[in-house]
Amino acid sequence: MRTSTDWNTVLQDALPKFGVAATAIIVFFGILLLVFLAAGYATGKIVRPLTIAILLGPAFVLLIIGLVIPAIRTVGLSFFDSNSINFVGTANYKYAFTDPDIHRVLINTAVWIIVTPILATALGLFLALLIDKMKHESIAKSLIFLPMAISFVGASIIWKFVYTWRENVPGVNQIGLLSQVVIWLGWKNPPNWILWEPWNTFLLMVIMIWVQTGFAMVVLSAAIKNVPGDVLEAASLDGATGFSLFRKITLPMVRGTVIVVLTTIMIAVLKIFDIVATMTGGNYSTSVLSNEMYTQTFVQGDAGHGAALATILFACVIPLVVYNVVQLRKERANR
Amino acid sequence: MSAVTADPVTAAGENREPPVKAVRKMFSTPWVSGIVVVIAIMWTIPTFGLFVTSFRPAADAINSGWWTFFQNPSVTLSNYSNVLLGGGYNTAGGLSSYFVNSLVIAIPGALFPLAIATMAAYALAWVPFKGADWIFFAIFALQVVPIQMALIPLLRLFSTGFHIGNIQVAPALLFSQSSWEFARIWIAHTMFALPLAIFLLHNFMSQLPRDLMEAATMDGANHFTTFRKIVLPLALPAIASFAIFQFLWVWNDLLVALTFGTSNTQPLNARLEQQVGNFGSHVELLTAGAFISMLIPLIVFLSLQRYFVRGLLAGSVKG
Repeated sequence: MRTSTDWNTVLQDALPKFGVAATAIIVFFGILLLVFLAAGYATGKIVRPLTIAILLGPAFVLLIIGLVIPAIRTVGLSFFDSNSINFVGTANYKYAFTDPDIHRVLINTAVWIIVTPILATALGLFLALLIDKMKHESIAKSLIFLPMAISFVGASIIWKFVYTWRENVPGVNQIGLLSQVVIWLGWKNPPNWILWEPWNTFLLMVIMIWVQTGFAMVVLSAAIKNVPGDVLEAASLDGATGFSLFRKITLPMVRGTVIVVLTTIMIAVLKIFDIVATMTGGNYSTSVLSNEMYTQTFVQGDAGHGAALATILFACVIPLVVYNVVQLRKERANR
Repeated sequence: MSAVTADPVTAAGENREPPVKAVRKMFSTPWVSGIVVVIAIMWTIPTFGLFVTSFRPAADAINSGWWTFFQNPSVTLSNYSNVLLGGGYNTAGGLSSYFVNSLVIAIPGALFPLAIATMAAYALAWVPFKGADWIFFAIFALQVVPIQMALIPLLRLFSTGFHIGNIQVAPALLFSQSSWEFARIWIAHTMFALPLAIFLLHNFMSQLPRDLMEAATMDGANHFTTFRKIVLPLALPAIASFAIFQFLWVWNDLLVALTFGTSNTQPLNARLEQQVGNFGSHVELLTAGAFISMLIPLIVFLSLQRYFVRGLLAGSVKG
């Protein structure tokens, strides 16, 4: 095998980069240590404000500069044109809600938000219930959980390979598993999956479900194990069995966790960019809000459209935030 | 949250009372195991196919399905050497320099937010001051602000600096053509990671025993000493969980690297995403490249799964 590079060249490329990273880490922690030591000498009334400023200050400043101000500015930019110079009123939103392509994007996003979290959570709950009854659970559990460690790009490549399609004519072998399986099952001429509108969106959702089921399973499984044995025992002495035991006792007791899992996956789905970008680049009617936002802004160069789409995305998330905050406050009040 | 993980409920089957056992019979165990094993296999097959293909010679990979490999096995490592070092992706150094980039992004990208969030979480939990609760809720709410909301203004801030009128208040962070270009990605990742990190670490730290903190104060320790000598060691499990979580998150990220990076800072994922277009012609290279990108997350995940799960549960299970 002829290689065009050797390890020397690799090192020449890598060393300065690692040098910069190491320098940054050393300087960062060095400054922290110095500040800590210096602040230790402070006395009197200044101690408390100084302590708060040093400990909370960096996070506070970074959050204001990195999230709060940009989020507000994005809302502002959504009322300006593509170069953020001229005020255009609600034109960008009008575009977002009337353009047929964006219409498709909004529908896709809605379908993603509804279908993916429900299927992943339901499957995760089913698996968690089954695994609760198994004696040796760890290997199966790890295998189902494993996709959580894989990046969405990696997951997309894995599934792109599963969805690879070739025309089914003599002499041509399928290399995509899905095509081969349906041919074995008797479907003579399966479609080119990725181009197969509107079902291609569902094929992309399979990837997200594949990743998130493990998450739902692990979290719900922990919640199910927290259901006290004596509650189940009392219920079963009262004659509850099987499905009714699950429906009347287990499900209500893990309801809070089910909702947390649902909303967590929903938020993840809303932000999903990588899967669509890798699988189709948003083509073939598969684009979703977050991908379209990126395309409009950085490919089409229209900051106004991009900002409006980001704001719509944010508006979709707000109810989830409010719900979560209310839940958290309730929980803290109960403590 | 510690209650969840401290007790690996593997013994659940045997040690319980008879009525519960009867309930457990509603599915007989062999059936249950069968279903779970089938699903686990289904969940693994796609990854397994990718793995097998990455070791097949190019001609085999393109002309036949990976499942035929077992009838006619031929294994090669050339895909990996080609992808890592050779011109496998039309780049002089192959993927090796992108692999380096991923590491250079992910290590500081995990350490910086970790340090800043640990400090902030301690302040919110143990330095009493007016408004601490409100700040905590605000940070919790920020968790769900989509990154997309910050991209355009933050990118402009990085590239032009910060002005009030015509006065330059903060300089641009361009660093063009130097390895410091990575700094923009680190800063962006740090900013975006803080809400979740502070939330998780605060949850853990606020459960530390109050007596311990009070004893330290009585002994005359200031907050910085208490933080370093008492809280840091005790919170180490939670910090480790989040470190793993954040490292995987940054390693697996695509959007931040695409937006704030340059061609010199591209991580593996960004490179692979670009190469997916050539999928048809070089299946064997893309699968090898994808597997290389998954290698470190899989190692981290498999060796530190307990911590990873603990971090996950801390974020989502009540307690």
